[in-house]
Amino acid sequence: MLNLLTNLVDVTVLYATPLILAAMGGLFSERAGVVNIALEGFMTIGAFSAAIFTIFTGSAWIGLLSAVVVGILFSLPHAIASINWRADQVVSGVAINFLALGIAVYLVKRMYNGSAQTPVVPVKLEQISIPILNRIPVLGPSLFEAYPTTYLAIAIVIIGAVILYKTPFGIHVRAAGIHPAALETAGVSIYRVRYIAVMISGALAALGGAGLSIAVGSEFNQTTVAGQGFIALAALIFGKWRPGGLLLAATFFGFSVGLSLIGQIIKLTNYVPSEVLSMIPYVFTILALAGFVGRAESPASLGKPYEKGSR
Amino acid sequence: MKNTTLKQNRNSALLTSILSILLGIIVGAILMLLAGYNPLVAYQALLGSAILQPFDLGETIRTTSPLIFIGLAVALAFRTGLFNIGVEGQYIVGSLTAYLVAAKVSLPTGIHALVAVVAGGLAGAAWAALPGLLKAFRGVHEVIISIMMNFIALYFSNVLVRTWLAVGKDSTDKIPPTASLRIGSLSQLFAGARIHMGIILALLAVFVFYYLLWKTKLGYQLRAVGYNRHAAEYAGISVRRNIVLSFLLSGFLAGLAGATELLGTSEYIAIQDAFIGIGFDGIAVALLGANAPVGVVLSALLFGVLTYGGGNMQFVAGVPFEIIRVVFAAIIFFVAAKISFRWGNRKKGKAYA
Repeated sequence: MLNLLTNLVDVTVLYATPLILAAMGGLFSERAGVVNIALEGFMTIGAFSAAIFTIFTGSAWIGLLSAVVVGILFSLPHAIASINWRADQVVSGVAINFLALGIAVYLVKRMYNGSAQTPVVPVKLEQISIPILNRIPVLGPSLFEAYPTTYLAIAIVIIGAVILYKTPFGIHVRAAGIHPAALETAGVSIYRVRYIAVMISGALAALGGAGLSIAVGSEFNQTTVAGQGFIALAALIFGKWRPGGLLLAATFFGFSVGLSLIGQIIKLTNYVPSEVLSMIPYVFTILALAGFVGRAESPASLGKPYEKGSR
Repeated sequence: MKNTTLKQNRNSALLTSILSILLGIIVGAILMLLAGYNPLVAYQALLGSAILQPFDLGETIRTTSPLIFIGLAVALAFRTGLFNIGVEGQYIVGSLTAYLVAAKVSLPTGIHALVAVVAGGLAGAAWAALPGLLKAFRGVHEVIISIMMNFIALYFSNVLVRTWLAVGKDSTDKIPPTASLRIGSLSQLFAGARIHMGIILALLAVFVFYYLLWKTKLGYQLRAVGYNRHAAEYAGISVRRNIVLSFLLSGFLAGLAGATELLGTSEYIAIQDAFIGIGFDGIAVALLGANAPVGVVLSALLFGVLTYGGGNMQFVAGVPFEIIRVVFAAIIFFVAAKISFRWGNRKKGKAYA
């Protein structure tokens, strides 16, 4: 029983980590007023470049770093379209998602003779154990013998919350998402704030994607990300666009993803089909948006392009 | 005066589309060059293998017909100022329901196919009802709900196939011939290609789409809500009713896409690991076609040529098929960049809630 519980906590932490990272990325972009359907694409390109750079350099850390850089580069078209060109942000995001998956699989096929998946990476990110704490029953083995991405995710939630609520930049981000004209009046460039926010979202979501290809998994293929960017978006909404909320939501969704994956091992799928377990995040997000599980309210100016000088 | 503005709008839409296609093809060419392929050889292989032979032409038309349906579905919602990103899920339940009617019900030839097609459409409409209702009555943004509904549809279809329709296998048996949309003589005309009744139904749908939107009161109301929600409300048009209707009709069209594709092309249903991306294609077709009937047909044909020819290009010139997805995505990105100027009114609303 205790063993089962330890296993459950373990998969929850494993699958919640990428969701937390990507959702934190989405938090910055959406709190600044830019819709981010593109999280899925950023995760995809992050997972891809982490795997490729790890294979070519033999260092998983370089792989992780490359994901951040490529994630930021990939967020730029979304930023330009959404901020400068005042394009439909949903359409731009959809295009970015397909662009990311298309380019990644295209390059993988080119590099590996038509194979749609990379070879297994030579090294993965190593789990780091924290002495003493890792001996706590149930929680210890999963939380304190975790991949670096897990520690990173927890740190980013805390740092992100501090930035968002306690620093001038955080105030600018939140103001840009509620009343951009007021912020412009105060002499702050909306464009600059939104650009930085979208770039942060690219970096963090790509980091989450990297976790999938060089920590949880050990290769990149077409289904490495398979919708987790959208689950992250769901966690952001279910968590009501707040760091603490999305942490809880992503943990819960990570639990359901983990459950659907280990369901077979623990014989849960004898009673509930794994597909039904996989539906949980989506069903809960609909319930939340419909107002049945607390009302989810979006930032006031989310999705509205800002025109300089408008009121 | 008003006519010139309309004309200018139409011209600028056409210009946007043509420019976007060219830019998309250039992006594809650059990526091919970077990876060491010859784009001229590749594009030549693509075009040559999509339209020159009767068989290939037939297959290209087959690829085009679901794209017409799905493009119309997205375009209809856009006309009412709504973004139906849920067509992928509506397509899935449309196929599933058409399969159920085809495989589990016995009816005479022809009538069987017709009933299965309509059932697929109705299932699509039913799946689209929730985002429509939530949008109309609770003000919840349709995009997020639709995305969630897509994933639910995917898992829903998979669980039925795995535990009921095809136990122990990855896919079901073929549907009985009574429900098939294939016609021997049509297929023979195109040297045995899988072209089927779907294209005729799709072209019929284009005409109905045009008639409904521009020649009926309902169509006028739907478009009025799309142009200016407040003005429509002030004129006594029920915005809520039209939002729900728009979603139902859009879902019906997406369901038809799934149903005709199942009854005419695949004829069985399989477990899907991920989305096939037909929803994205629909968004692409609608945007590139400026949500107009003829525009949708032309852009569906373009995407049909690229999709079917792309498969052959991989075979002939060795360029991975995914480059075609990149070209699609790039085209949409460029159309989206311009879209703000034409759909500015619709996007002044909130993004989600």
